[in-house]
Amino acid sequence: MNKILEGKVCLITGSNRGIGRAIVEAFASEGAVIYANARKENSLDEIIDAMYIKYGALITPLYFDVTDINAVKSAVVKIKTENNKIDVLVNNAGIMRDALIQMSTTELMHETFAVNVFAVINLIQYVSRIMFRQNNGSIINIASIVGSSGSAGQVVYSASKGAVIALTKAAAKEFAANNIRVNAISPGMIDTSMLQGIGEDRIRINLQNIKLGRLGTPAEIANAAVFLASDMSSYISGQILGVDGAMVI
Amino acid sequence: MTNLQKYDNAFIETFSIEPEDLNSLLVYQSIQTWDSVGHLSLMAAIEEAFNIMFDTEDIIDFSSYEKGKLLLHKNGVVVE
Repeated sequence: MNKILEGKVCLITGSNRGIGRAIVEAFASEGAVIYANARKENSLDEIIDAMYIKYGALITPLYFDVTDINAVKSAVVKIKTENNKIDVLVNNAGIMRDALIQMSTTELMHETFAVNVFAVINLIQYVSRIMFRQNNGSIINIASIVGSSGSAGQVVYSASKGAVIALTKAAAKEFAANNIRVNAISPGMIDTSMLQGIGEDRIRINLQNIKLGRLGTPAEIANAAVFLASDMSSYISGQILGVDGAMVI
Repeated sequence: MTNLQKYDNAFIETFSIEPEDLNSLLVYQSIQTWDSVGHLSLMAAIEEAFNIMFDTEDIIDFSSYEKGKLLLHKNGVVVE
């Protein structure tokens, strides 16, 4: 059976855990050539070994902080030099720090927007330059349901993900002439360590708002990413795909 | 092919101009094809020719045929 990402060169940020890790696995299972980014050295060792054993996938680790522009540039040049193309960028790296509005510090705002928004734009800037030349590409940004609906206690995080939704739509319009598709996945409540940080009580309350009656899994986000990365979504751009179990907030 | 020839070819092919058009008078928006969209195409062509990647600031500063040579030098490519 054909693998739908066979030979596609993909850069995935924030790959060492949670949704990013699941995306790496899903892409590996579909034959992608993966460059996996994480900030912490050696944090990708386990998944690289696991994916090789399970799928024979060769994953190249790229350890850098997505807010370091020079490191981003070096990573893009490395991928281009080794493959002469970049087919897919998944902007998954992100941080979530909860704080009430009156307790949201300027430092928190800067830190959150640096990772969740500015780094996303920087990565799009550099990767799209390669995609321009090949007149093809798919960019997938990981947003959040709170980016469109808002969430009490998450004003900064919500605002940053709202920005991701807006920049996705803007980039899709700007890049359409170059056959570069830009979409976002907007997860609801996904069972990751990031979510567990909000506490069991809050998770239990929020579960009442999910019509499917359960948390989502990272693999279910990854499946959406595979679709958007593949040619099966060749006429889809500028869309925000909710993967949230019909959550209402 | 010399670096100068590669550099000139990027302009000629991107803007559909003649070799005699390549001079100090060739600046951003001085010809119809060197608009904002053409500028990005030129940047892509030059990056491809020299296997480099400009900083975003370089792309903004790349305001003329001559200025481009200086920016390439900054990126480790000597055009002469």
